[in-house]
Amino acid sequence: MFTTLLAIPLAGADLPEHRITNIFEPLATPAESEKNIALLVFAITGVIFVGVAGLLAYTIWRFRQPTHAERTEEPPQVYGSNQIEVAWTVLPVLIVFVLIGVSARVIAAVENASPPQAALKVTVIGHQWWWEVLYPDYGIVTANEIHMPATNDHKNATYLQLQSADVIHSFWLPQLSGKTDLIPNRTNFMWIDPHEPGVYVGNCAEYCGTQHANMLLRVVGEDPKSFKEWTIQQQKRAVDDPQTSEGHAVFESLACVNCHNIAGLGKASAGSKFGPDLTHLMSRQTLGSGVYKNTPENLRAWVNDPQVQKPGCLMPSMKLTPDELSKVVDYLETLR
Amino acid sequence: MSSIHSELERPPVEEARFSFSIHLYDWISTVDHKRLGLMYIVTALIFLVVAGLMATVIRLQLAFPNGHVVDPDTFNRLFTMHGTTMVFLVGMPFVAGLSNYLVPLMIGARDMAFPRMNAFGFWIFLFGGFLLYFSYIGGSGLSGAGSAPDVGWFAYAPLTSRAFSRGASTDYWILGILVAGIGSIASAINVIVTTLSMRCKGMTLARMPMFVWVMLIDSWLIIIALPPLSAAQIMLLIDRFLGGNFFNTQSGGSAVLWQHFFWIFGHPEVYILIFPAFAILSEVIPIFSRKPIFGRPAMVGAVAAIGFISLGVWAHHMFAVGMTSWSNTFFTASTMLVGIPTGIKIFNWTATMYGGKLRMDTPMLFCCAFLFQFLIAGLTGIMLATGPFDWQLHDSYFVVGHFHFTLVAGLVFALFAGMYYWFPKVSGRMYNETLGKWHFWLFTLGVELTFVPMHFLGFLGMPRRIYTYAPDRGWDFWNLLATSGLLFQLPGILIFVWNIVFSAIKGKPSGDDPWDAWTLEWATTSPPPEYNFETLPEVRSSRPLWDLKNPNDPDWRYE
Repeated sequence: MFTTLLAIPLAGADLPEHRITNIFEPLATPAESEKNIALLVFAITGVIFVGVAGLLAYTIWRFRQPTHAERTEEPPQVYGSNQIEVAWTVLPVLIVFVLIGVSARVIAAVENASPPQAALKVTVIGHQWWWEVLYPDYGIVTANEIHMPATNDHKNATYLQLQSADVIHSFWLPQLSGKTDLIPNRTNFMWIDPHEPGVYVGNCAEYCGTQHANMLLRVVGEDPKSFKEWTIQQQKRAVDDPQTSEGHAVFESLACVNCHNIAGLGKASAGSKFGPDLTHLMSRQTLGSGVYKNTPENLRAWVNDPQVQKPGCLMPSMKLTPDELSKVVDYLETLR
Repeated sequence: MSSIHSELERPPVEEARFSFSIHLYDWISTVDHKRLGLMYIVTALIFLVVAGLMATVIRLQLAFPNGHVVDPDTFNRLFTMHGTTMVFLVGMPFVAGLSNYLVPLMIGARDMAFPRMNAFGFWIFLFGGFLLYFSYIGGSGLSGAGSAPDVGWFAYAPLTSRAFSRGASTDYWILGILVAGIGSIASAINVIVTTLSMRCKGMTLARMPMFVWVMLIDSWLIIIALPPLSAAQIMLLIDRFLGGNFFNTQSGGSAVLWQHFFWIFGHPEVYILIFPAFAILSEVIPIFSRKPIFGRPAMVGAVAAIGFISLGVWAHHMFAVGMTSWSNTFFTASTMLVGIPTGIKIFNWTATMYGGKLRMDTPMLFCCAFLFQFLIAGLTGIMLATGPFDWQLHDSYFVVGHFHFTLVAGLVFALFAGMYYWFPKVSGRMYNETLGKWHFWLFTLGVELTFVPMHFLGFLGMPRRIYTYAPDRGWDFWNLLATSGLLFQLPGILIFVWNIVFSAIKGKPSGDDPWDAWTLEWATTSPPPEYNFETLPEVRSSRPLWDLKNPNDPDWRYE
């Protein structure tokens, strides 16, 4: 499988892929500030835990009676003490105020950051169970994989507009930023600035139906030059390889075109937005929204029967004959 | 018309011998608060086992990556039914059952204020439960889609709209909960009226047992918090059947509106569920420490404060929906405030134990474990309350770990403490202490193994409610560890069930007051007669039996 991967020049395939998504190994500014406040909260709650649990353990150890001990005299009856009550009320009040103040600062810093003029703007639309990705300034439509420049400068952060076509989803790339929901009839905003080139993996984090588990998300952070190349490639119309015109004809003659758009080829599929845009399918790393590597075998298996690969997904089994299947898959493989 | 003459000619009625049908009739037609309380608790325990088995299947599915124990739709139904059952058919009837059984006994009354409404409450609750579970048979409706609800226990719009939830499964969810909720409200009103108007002579509010105080506040919270849920569910029914568009986003409805409605119920609800734990601890810890509760007024005030604050924290479940920074800050602040009275409670329980003579019987063991585990749950709650940290933790396995620590390692532990503590009162027999300790240690170990790893899964970016995951995400180990906790939890529960059933039949007679306790329920026989007290008691302090047992050092001298 690895060799086939190498054979296809995928954009970003040579980048390190971060599949262990530890929120304490942040690789972008929002996740970093969230980690810092998390460490502060850990420190405070850790001290509280040690203090209170220690006192509890001491109390139990010191005052427990041997089992089956004879019942003796009752211990001194103590009903309470106002001074002590005040003391252990004031201390938590102070701690709580510190935490509220720090939280307010981070919330404002992350949420109220306004996009610089030059910021890259990307619209992400959640669908049952995949992500539509639009670059309005570039006229690019793609899916499940968001390319953006890696940067250490907030000026070059990427601003996301988050929307949903059906139910609520949630955008979560643990190493880049905490989550923001994609809600129908509403546009949410967030920004991320992956510091290093790399592939960042995340999941849909709001339960959205049958295949919520297999709604994975990828951000490909690239150096500005590669990103520029990627945009140029994506802006092109689909490859029209005469050798696969038969497959193209099968694609257009079947229900494929009702859901999938391939830019620039034929009118039949123009504007179909129900499923992912396939114009540059082979430039993407995965199939089925991040579930399978985009290899010829996986592509063939997917087109043959997506219900086996991702049971319950909204693409039906098309019941293609082996001949049709080969032609369509051959055609799709030219869509670089 | 029968004449007097023919009446006289009837043969005398034979004394009824034990007969199943008469027994059954007695239980079904009963309006006795103790029998209703027991029926609530037994029903809750049965649902606890059912929902626990569902959780077992969930954990088996997630034990290894790419699990194939169940298919995705079945999995989604399992976690929906597990959550819904645990909250509405286990937690809520436990609240009603405990307060039904104990409140009249503790305040020296003969029954609840409205015995018939009490029976009505139980039966309508049970009917609601059956309605929810009938969805497994009737949920597919005429369209043949779905069976049990699969929208999650908080049923977010628009996943519940006709477009995304075909068939009748969501309708069963709505109606089952709506109907069960009527039972909870009936029971809550009953508790409030009973405590306010039926206390025995001398029992001022200030002398009322802690348990009764907490249940009173809990009942207030129920009648404030449940109606928003019922209202939202009726709106959802209007959407689904009458073409309304409250939550139907495809016609301009609002998905966020449902979340506000749900959580203004849902967050007070979690306090409704944990208050019985506070109530039980505040009775058990003093008896097993041989000291009165430390800082009684502060303890009552803390519960009231938690109840009050809990009405203003709901949107901390919504930090990720894109609220303004001001709203997020407000709900961070209000949520953190809950930590203050909760801290006061833990401190006061510790102070109650400090300087006492601790008897480490099973009820006390469960209370001690509760204190440690609830402390952890409270501190992870502070982490979740911190808005920016919650952007990471929200809807991750950390949240699952957190609320299972409050509800299982917290509430369920307290319920076990309470059940062991009052078992001799209810049955007149003693449970087996050795088995009780086995139950405690096995269950504690299992709970730690299952729920601690979930926190780490959250740190590693595992979202909740996923039915499968890939092997290379670093989640395998923790998931397997979480599932392995079942090996200890399940035997623990089996031992508990065996202990309770066996001891109820064959246990050693316990006497009326085996714990040498101080509240009024121990002043009558075990089990109590139908009328509770031969003569209604009269009290002069919050520990009437202490006064009786220590005539030279009675509490009323200090109160």
